Amino acid sequence: MLKSILYDATMCIDCKLCEKACAERNKLPYNEEVATEENLSAHKLTAVMAKGDKFMRRFCMNCEDPTCASVCPVAALRKTSAGPVTYDQTRCIGCRYCMMACPFNIPKYEWGVLLPRVRKCDMCADRVAAGKPTACAEACPTGATKFGDRDALVAEAKDRIAKNPGQYINHIYGLNEVGGTSVLLLSSVPFATFGYHTDMPKQPLPMLTYRVLSRIPDLVGLTGVFLGGIWWITHRREEVAAAEAHKEESEKTKK
Amino acid sequence: MKIHLPKMTFWKTILVIILLLGFYATVVRFTQGLGASTHLSDAFPWGLWIGFDVLCGVMLAAGGFLLTATVYIFNLEKFKPIIRPTVLTAFLGYSLVVVALMFDLGRPYRIWHPLVMWNPHSVMFEVAWCVMLYTTVLALEFAPIVFERRRLKGPTRVLHAISIPLVIAGVLLSTLHQSSLGSLYLIVPEKLNPLWYSPLLPVFFFISAVAVGLAMVIFESWMSAKAFHKQLELPLLQSLGRVLLVVLGVYAVLRFEDLYNRGVLPTLLHSSYETELFFLEVVIGLLLPIALLANPRIRSTAGGLYLSAVLVVLGFVTNRLNVSITGMESAAGVHYIPKWTEVAVTASIIGAGFAIFALAVKHLPIFPEAAGEEPPLPPLAEMTHAPL
Repeated sequence: MLKSILYDATMCIDCKLCEKACAERNKLPYNEEVATEENLSAHKLTAVMAKGDKFMRRFCMNCEDPTCASVCPVAALRKTSAGPVTYDQTRCIGCRYCMMACPFNIPKYEWGVLLPRVRKCDMCADRVAAGKPTACAEACPTGATKFGDRDALVAEAKDRIAKNPGQYINHIYGLNEVGGTSVLLLSSVPFATFGYHTDMPKQPLPMLTYRVLSRIPDLVGLTGVFLGGIWWITHRREEVAAAEAHKEESEKTKK
Repeated sequence: MKIHLPKMTFWKTILVIILLLGFYATVVRFTQGLGASTHLSDAFPWGLWIGFDVLCGVMLAAGGFLLTATVYIFNLEKFKPIIRPTVLTAFLGYSLVVVALMFDLGRPYRIWHPLVMWNPHSVMFEVAWCVMLYTTVLALEFAPIVFERRRLKGPTRVLHAISIPLVIAGVLLSTLHQSSLGSLYLIVPEKLNPLWYSPLLPVFFFISAVAVGLAMVIFESWMSAKAFHKQLELPLLQSLGRVLLVVLGVYAVLRFEDLYNRGVLPTLLHSSYETELFFLEVVIGLLLPIALLANPRIRSTAGGLYLSAVLVVLGFVTNRLNVSITGMESAAGVHYIPKWTEVAVTASIIGAGFAIFALAVKHLPIFPEAAGEEPPLPPLAEMTHAPL
C-alpha cells in the first residue's frame, strides 16, 4: 500500500516543529538560525516558507516514478513499495546527476565535506517500514501535515476542496505532476507563489531517456551485422582481385 | 630547428606554470573537497569539469572510431598513414576524460561501482560502461605500436586475430556513448533552454562528434607539422575536408529544421545572453567553416583546411558548453563562472595531453616519417604482412 504525506497549507501555523523533528530524525543541527533559512540544503531537508500570512512546506516529493532513481548510475536512489524514495550512501559515487535531473531541485550536496553525500528527505523510510508516521507528520500540532494511505489522502484532499469552496485553489499539487508523487499539497494561493512549477509534464520524466535507451540492443545488433557485412564486402573485392591477378600471372607463365 | 628552439622553450615554460597551478588546485580539491575547489553549488551541480573535460574531451577524441572504421571496415587504405596519430589522440583523450572524472566525482574511489551496481535505466550507467569498454578497446588498438617498438611478436599476433571485431566494437561503443552524452540532457526538458533542448539531442551529439573527429585529424596534422615537422599529405586532408563539409551541412539542416519544428526560431529575434551564445556557436562552428569549405580554392589549400578545422572544433566546444552551462543557467537562477582552480585543473589536463602526445611521437612510431623506418605499420590489420 502506497503511503503519502498530505500537507494542507491553510492549516499550517508556521511553528516549524516539522523542521525540528526532521532535523532530529536526520541528526542535523537545528537552531534559530537554521529555522530562518527558507532554502533546502545539506543540513535542512524540509523548510516552511512564509509569504505574509501564507505558508508552504518544501521537501522531497518522493515521486511515484522518481527521476533521481532512474538517472542514478549505481541505483543508490530507489523507490520503495511503501512510497519513500531512499538513498544508499554506500553506493553513491557523487556524479550529482540526480541533482541535475530532479524536476523539483530537491537533492542537495555536502559541498564542504571531503567525502560528500547527497542529502534529501527520504519520507522517514525506516519509520514508515515500521508502521509509524513520518517524523514531520507526528510532530505537526494542527494536522496540516498528515500521513496515511495515498488513496485515502487523495480522496480527503478532493473532499476538502469540494466542501470548502473559495478556501483552496482547485489543484492538488502532486496528484499528477510528473506522473504523481507521494507528497500531496493543498494551498489557498497559487503554488507558483512559493516557487513550485505548475507547468510540470503529467508523464514521468524517466520515459524521456528510457525511450532512447531501450533501442540500444536493437541498434547494437543491427549496426554490428551491418559493419561486419561492409567489412566482408570490401575485403572480398580485394580477395577476388588478388586471385584474378594470380590467375593471370600463372596463365602468362604457361604461355 | 634553430628557429624552433626558443618557441618550444616558451611553450615548455607555459606548460610548467600551468602544471604547477594545476598541482596546487589538485591539492585543494583532494584535501578540502569540491566546495573549496569549485564554484559548483546545489543550484549548479555540473560545471566546467563535466561541460568541458568530459563532454568536449569525448567529442574531441571521436576521430579514433571514425578512422579505424574508414580504414579497416570500409577498406579505404589511403587513410592508413593517419590512423596512428588518431588512435593515439583518442586513447589519450579518453584516458584524460577518466582523469577529469576523478576530480569531478564526489567519491572518485568508487568510480568502479557501475561495474557491479547496475541501473540499466540510467543514461549515466550506459555512458560509464561504454567509456570504460571503449578506453579498453583503444588501449588494445594502440598496444601494437608499443609492442612493435619492443619487438613483442606473440601479443601482436593475438591482437591481430581479434582486430576486426575490436574495430567494430569500438565503432558501436563510440556511436552509443557519443550520442548518449546528448541523451543525458533529455531528462531536463524544463531546465535546459529550448535553443538546446531537443528530442534530437543524441543525434546532434553524434553528428557533431563525427564533424569534430574529422576536424581534429586535420588540426593534429597541422600541430604536428609545426612542432615535429611531420604532417599528412595534402590530398588526404582535402578528402577529409570534403567529408567534413557534407557532415556540417547535414548537421546544419537538421539543427535548423528542429528549431523551426519546435517553434523556437522566433526567439532568436530577441537578443539575450542565450541567443548571443547560440549565434556564437552557429557562426563559428557552422556558417564560417561551411562557407570556407564550400569554396574549392580555400578547400584545396592546407591553410584553408586548418582554419576550417579549428573553427569547427571551437564552434562545437562552444556548443557543448552552451548545452551544459549557458542553457542551464536561467533555470538554475545563477550565473556560473568556474573558479580558477577548476580552470587550472582543466588547463593542466589539456597541457598533460599535449606533453604526452609529444613524448609518444618522439619515442614511438606514430607518424610515417617519425620512425625513419620502412612504410608505416598500421596498428592492427596489416600485421600479417609485417616481418614477425
